[in-house]
Amino acid sequence: MRYEAPTTSSEAAALLAAETGEAFVLAGGTDLLVRMKNLMVEPELVVDVKRIDAMRSIEATTDGGFRIGAAVPGIEVGEHEALGRAWPGVVEAVQLIGSDQIQGRCTIAGNVCNASPAADTTPALIAADAQVEIVGPKGRRTLPVASVATGPGKTSLAKGELVEAILLPPRPAHSGDAYLRFTPRTEMDIAVVGAAVSLTLKDGVITAARVALGAIAPTAIEVEAAAAAIIGSKLDDGAIAALVAACSAACKPIDDKRGTIEYRTEVAGVLAKRAAMIAFERAGGSR
Amino acid sequence: MSGVLVTTTINGDAVQFACPEEETLLDALRDRVGLLGVKEGCGTGDCGACSITLDGRLVCSCLVLAAEAEGREIGTVEGLVEGGKLHPLQESFISHAALQCGICTPGFLVAAKSLLDRNPDPTETEIRYALAGNLCRCTGYDKIVRAVQNAAKEMRTAKSA
Ligand SMILES: Cc1cc2nc3c(=O)[nH]c(=O)nc-3n(C[C@H](O)[C@H](O)[C@H](O)COP(=O)(O)OP(=O)(O)OC[C@H]3O[C@@H](n4cnc5c(N)ncnc54)[C@H](O)[C@@H]3O)c2cc1C
Ligand code: FES
Ligand code: FES
Repeated sequence: MRYEAPTTSSEAAALLAAETGEAFVLAGGTDLLVRMKNLMVEPELVVDVKRIDAMRSIEATTDGGFRIGAAVPGIEVGEHEALGRAWPGVVEAVQLIGSDQIQGRCTIAGNVCNASPAADTTPALIAADAQVEIVGPKGRRTLPVASVATGPGKTSLAKGELVEAILLPPRPAHSGDAYLRFTPRTEMDIAVVGAAVSLTLKDGVITAARVALGAIAPTAIEVEAAAAAIIGSKLDDGAIAALVAACSAACKPIDDKRGTIEYRTEVAGVLAKRAAMIAFERAGGSR
Repeated sequence: MSGVLVTTTINGDAVQFACPEEETLLDALRDRVGLLGVKEGCGTGDCGACSITLDGRLVCSCLVLAAEAEGREIGTVEGLVEGGKLHPLQESFISHAALQCGICTPGFLVAAKSLLDRNPDPTETEIRYALAGNLCRCTGYDKIVRAVQNAAKEMRTAKSA
């Protein structure tokens, strides 16, 4: 195996593009090194991105959003006060990943690119309408987070492409987001279901909303019908019932040791309801 | 041998070692540097026995490549002793019988120190969350939590004295 630690994204892209064997980006390594240890992958080349300046900071963007570098570890996301005020749901999703030890290393970009259906940050980012900024041998492009994973462990990134940053859009006044997951243990467990809601209010009425679910299909999904169910409402019981029904209807989960199909389908609705209520309250709404 | 030469700082001392590129920092610390306080429980980030600090951040050394340590600062349990004197956390683990076989202990100590560096007066809940990445199969967590609470108290008293 070759280990490279370039200092620019374009160098990283060139290294990945030129390698004929299996090549991986190394961010926090909390997924990649586990897979190497278990011999699920035996890379020819590992490209460590933690020495690339453009990937190492969280910046407020000129349009009022945020740019989170792809090598920023979870703990730094949690320490960023302005980000936490604007996107508490995204930040709480990041903070749910693993232990303090894992937080010292894990990145959002790694979580998204690892493409686990149960990745905690992905639903929160989809609800937030986040994009990834991609650098590749042919230049740059941006992509909605929902379009990165195409199935368990699979992404739409082409050979040589890597994520340089996660982009969060500007936040209108009276907005709130929330992410909840269900796990049997309170810490160090993988989501049986995850649900994220982001919404904006005007005069107490929801004018915009996005709802996303994790661990209930091969990739995290946006549930537009669930958002439509609460837009125009003050999150009254009728709107909530419609949101719950839309979420359960969108589930295409698997049966496994951590949850049956019926269980996941039911819990998805319950979590989406609770996440919507938290997001609504964070936006300043009252029911 | 193809491999890397790594120059790094461990517990304040400059250290250099050579190792294969796929070697973990855990293996390099144990087998090349001889720091046997760093333990391997699982090798996959679940147990925390391999906990160290890397540039001041708590991490699992089993999930770090040794090559990544180039130019970084590493802290291990061996660094807790100052001038031949055990750290208050170590004294407290002994007096509270917070260890039995001891394989998890270095990881708990490093994780607990990282917590107290950031938060000298943690609540019990904060301690339990901060140590959630460390597993112990023998002692039970209560004694460990009490030992950390006691050490925190002593360190606060010593500081204000
Ligand atoms: C003990 C433990 C507990 C965990 N708990 C959780 C949890 O609660 N929730 C959860 O969702 N996950 C959890 N995980 C999984 C993992 O920690 C997360 O998915 C984490 O966010 C991965 O980030 P990383 O930076 O460590 O990724 P890495 O391991 O560095 O990379 C993961 C994958 O993404 C690719 N990649 C990384 N960065 C980029 C980039 N910039 N561009 C393109 N590809 C890239 C890598 O090549 C690799 O294939 C846990 C893991 C462990 C070991
Ligand atoms: S050996 Fe590293 S966490 Fe278990
Ligand atoms: S003392 Fe034996 S594992 Fe903790």
